[in-house]
Amino acid sequence: MDILLQQLINGVTVGSVYALVALGYTMVYGIIGLINFAHGDVVMVGAMVATSIVLALVGADPTGVSAWVAVGSALLLAMPVCMALGWTAERFAYRPLRRAPRLAALITAIGISIIIQNVAMMVWGRNYLSFPHIIEARVFSIGDARISILQIIIIVAAAAIMSGLTLLVHRTRLGTAMRATAQNREVAGLMGVNINTVISAAFVIGSLLAAVAGVMVAAYYGVAQYTMGFILGLKAFTAAVLGGIGNLAGAMLGGLLLGIIESLGAGYIGDLTNGFFGSNYQDVFSFIVLILVLVFRPSGLLGERVGDRA
Amino acid sequence: MQLGKGFKMLAATAATLAVFASAPAAAEQVVKLGFAAPLTGPQSHYGEDMRNGLTLALEEANAQKIQLNGKTARFELISKDDQADPRTAVQVAQQIVDEGVQGILGHFNSGTTIPASSVYNGEGLPQIAMATSPEYTAQGFDTTFRMMTSDTQQGAAAGEFIVKDLGAKTVALIDDRTAYGQGLADQVAKAVEVHGGKIVAREYTTDKANDFTAILTNIRSKNPDVIFFGGLDAQSGPMRRQMVRLGIKAPLMSGEMTRSDTFLKLAGEDSEGTYASLAGVPLQQMAAGTKFEEAYKKRFNKSPGVYAPYAYDGAWNMITAMKEAGSSKPADYLPKLRSLQRSGATSESIAYDEKGDLKEISVTIYQVKGGKWEMIKTMVSNAN
Repeated sequence: MDILLQQLINGVTVGSVYALVALGYTMVYGIIGLINFAHGDVVMVGAMVATSIVLALVGADPTGVSAWVAVGSALLLAMPVCMALGWTAERFAYRPLRRAPRLAALITAIGISIIIQNVAMMVWGRNYLSFPHIIEARVFSIGDARISILQIIIIVAAAAIMSGLTLLVHRTRLGTAMRATAQNREVAGLMGVNINTVISAAFVIGSLLAAVAGVMVAAYYGVAQYTMGFILGLKAFTAAVLGGIGNLAGAMLGGLLLGIIESLGAGYIGDLTNGFFGSNYQDVFSFIVLILVLVFRPSGLLGERVGDRA
Repeated sequence: MQLGKGFKMLAATAATLAVFASAPAAAEQVVKLGFAAPLTGPQSHYGEDMRNGLTLALEEANAQKIQLNGKTARFELISKDDQADPRTAVQVAQQIVDEGVQGILGHFNSGTTIPASSVYNGEGLPQIAMATSPEYTAQGFDTTFRMMTSDTQQGAAAGEFIVKDLGAKTVALIDDRTAYGQGLADQVAKAVEVHGGKIVAREYTTDKANDFTAILTNIRSKNPDVIFFGGLDAQSGPMRRQMVRLGIKAPLMSGEMTRSDTFLKLAGEDSEGTYASLAGVPLQQMAAGTKFEEAYKKRFNKSPGVYAPYAYDGAWNMITAMKEAGSSKPADYLPKLRSLQRSGATSESIAYDEKGDLKEISVTIYQVKGGKWEMIKTMVSNAN
């Protein structure tokens, strides 16, 4: 029982991060039908910027700056950097291709991902940056299961941000414009929606979430390196597909589910199969779930069945 | 007629380049040595470390104006990125061969070295690799040599240390499913069982993962005395932090990839008490080792990593064999490499056995104390 609880805590923490990143994929896909493969690398840039800031602040004077000030300023700097990056990628790489075949935009996204990684390699080098242990001190015990203050912060912050995003999309003018553009770009334009602004906004908001996720990943694992965005992006993309790509609630659900499935899969697969399968099959486990979902619900758990507009 | 003008300029440039290219000093001869390692991707810090060690050796050799084939040899490193990927490794191996190299100082990973070695063997090119997997030298090739101990040697020492010195009765193993991690963990398991210990859990991860909470939670329920990990510092650092967060009291032990400054950085205060094994004796105990460390710091403005000294010695092994043969032809210097006997930065007695494994097999165990790797014990491995 304690093991189950511990695995759930582990899974929900990772799942919250997946969900934040998955939202970035799903927002962009929902509006312009592009799978932005560079999104994982935006998370990486967020993590690298935040780690550099914290290292600079804490490294200079370990006692002078409080942990909250350091992480707060890291977050405040990582967010505009990532937002600028997302905006630039959209404005100069994807917008000229908006009317081009989808494949062209997809390949451009992969190209942008490679460019971001290589620039990051030049800026920060190949070595792993280490995020100092500044907010991990307290651990709470529930029976044998343990949850750290950092895990609580990640889960709570992710939940708050996701509620904020839901409010933004369903209660504001910008949100209405975004939903209208997602339904039909041309008609929304005719109704007076500035679709360029809306699409830019989707990228900028997605990158903002990516920055927050980047800070969370860096602080939680204590590691940041220029290649970290790839796997994270792949997992988040899987989560978005699992929940139904293009659907915001789906991305959140998919992220949490993927985190929990991974954690329970790795934890129980050995016992369930009497040692026949070990934790070496943990990724297989999450992809089997993905395949099953896609077989029975091709548009994902919460995705709507829509005709292919393209 | 813009095109014609542009073409003329291009032709002129090409001609100029050709003049420069064909104008090395008359009595100088370029000896190309091939090198491949992960220079991009998650393991690129290891590749860079290895390349720096080689570069230092080749620069020193060039300064000595060694005479080969009656001319002054100028050693040149043909450097390729194999991305730690076995498929890419075979492709770059072919490219390196096509460059007309005389010997190979690579690859880094066991998983890349093994498939690439058959390409080099087909060309009769001697290869000195960082790979530690026992299979590398067990393929029956006469061209395969090592820069470091094999996993059999290191694993035997680590397993013995876990049971005899740490007094562990139960051990949990984690590996990253690379040829290196898996091989090392297998050898440790064997040695632990030989000395009367019991393996209570065997878990797996990948060389790209950074979340180990699920497998560590599983291991926690089995309550082992020691946890051994076969894999990279990029994994062992976060793994150690997650062990502490989950309240696991057992110490972590790992192979030489973990005995790095990167591990100390990534695990932070939680690194305290972690053990790691590393081939040879500490640099500081060797006269040549101290000299190497100073030269490295001067050249690259940072301290050498784990692998740089072994790469440096490996390069000097090949150059020394060429020097003794007076030739850079593989067929001429291969016998000299086989019978090599020299003192380097990592060992006073570097010599190869018939398979190409290093004969001297001392393994040093380190532990993190006060945020630094400190030597605990040097032991001679009995396995081979």
